Amino acid sequence: MCSYIVEKTALVGSAKGRKGWMRIDTANVYYDHPYYSTLDHVLAIDFTNEGEGGRDRVAVELSAESARALVERILAALASGDVAHGRASASVAVAAE
Amino acid sequence: MSYYQGLQAEVVSFRGHNGDQGEAYYARPLRAGKFPGVVVIHHIPGWCEWTTEVVRKLAHHGYAAISPHLYFREGGPNESPDDLGARIRAAGGVADAQVMGDVTGAMTYLRAQPNATGKIGVIGFCSGGRHTYLAACTLNGIDAAVDCWGGNVIVDNPKDLNDKRPVAPIDLTEKMSCPLLGIFGNDDANPTADQVNRTEAVLKKFGKNYEFHRYNGAGHAFFNWQRDAYRPEQAMDGWRKVFDFFNRYLATSAASIAAE
Repeated sequence: MCSYIVEKTALVGSAKGRKGWMRIDTANVYYDHPYYSTLDHVLAIDFTNEGEGGRDRVAVELSAESARALVERILAALASGDVAHGRASASVAVAAE
Repeated sequence: MSYYQGLQAEVVSFRGHNGDQGEAYYARPLRAGKFPGVVVIHHIPGWCEWTTEVVRKLAHHGYAAISPHLYFREGGPNESPDDLGARIRAAGGVADAQVMGDVTGAMTYLRAQPNATGKIGVIGFCSGGRHTYLAACTLNGIDAAVDCWGGNVIVDNPKDLNDKRPVAPIDLTEKMSCPLLGIFGNDDANPTADQVNRTEAVLKKFGKNYEFHRYNGAGHAFFNWQRDAYRPEQAMDGWRKVFDFFNRYLATSAASIAAE
């Protein structure tokens, strides 16, 4: 059966949804039965801006396998980006401390 | 008279828990006559298109069926049900008491229609199956209940209980007041085959009128033709079980009532 288990994380970013671009501050992540996908279970992410009420969202439903692959590619992209941009994300992190 | 009869499906307004006014999807046979009612309880992802198809299927088979939108309080009528479902999920779901109030309101709506026989069934899928079990144990006026693969009827870890879901449905079994049909896939992870067996043991212990059907080669949501989980053979047999059950307890024959 479906569950209400949700992993919530704060984030800084923007996303393009039904009404165009919007700032997002939260991702709700869960692995459960989908709304749209034909898969039995999906890794779903809802990007929202809870600071503005959280009414709009950008949603994805991914297979577990592709979600894991995506995690790897995100980390790979960040790593290569660090190299290409002189560890820009690392220096930002230091500057923010 | 044609072999197939027409039906009318529409979105209606109903009064749910605390008298709150919300939307429900309602379908009924168009032919003259009186019909038993069925409340359809949707799953956690929300008031989805498949749920409306189930409502129309019931109307096609001679029932006045209604599916209350359990998340109507979360947004306006023009907002997508899946967006409302996402918000509800992020907020930890809906409270059992609120759902029972909404189901009661849907039953009241059905009984108030001029086409009503007064007999009422409830059917739910996934979390709606769990809600159906709860309704069978806590609400008055249900004549037959169908739990399709409702998980968490048994709660092994008390930490899984909370303000919104304070009681494990299994602990209310003694109060069950109507016949129960259970439809389960043996490959389901929630409820597992073991949990289904344990639920059956409790129903047996309290001498309840129930029948369980378990399907090999099927897991969760195997009626849902929009998912890879769909198992046509098992689903067809399952639907036959559902209609046999409702016909037995809600009407001697929906068709004969319609012909009166």
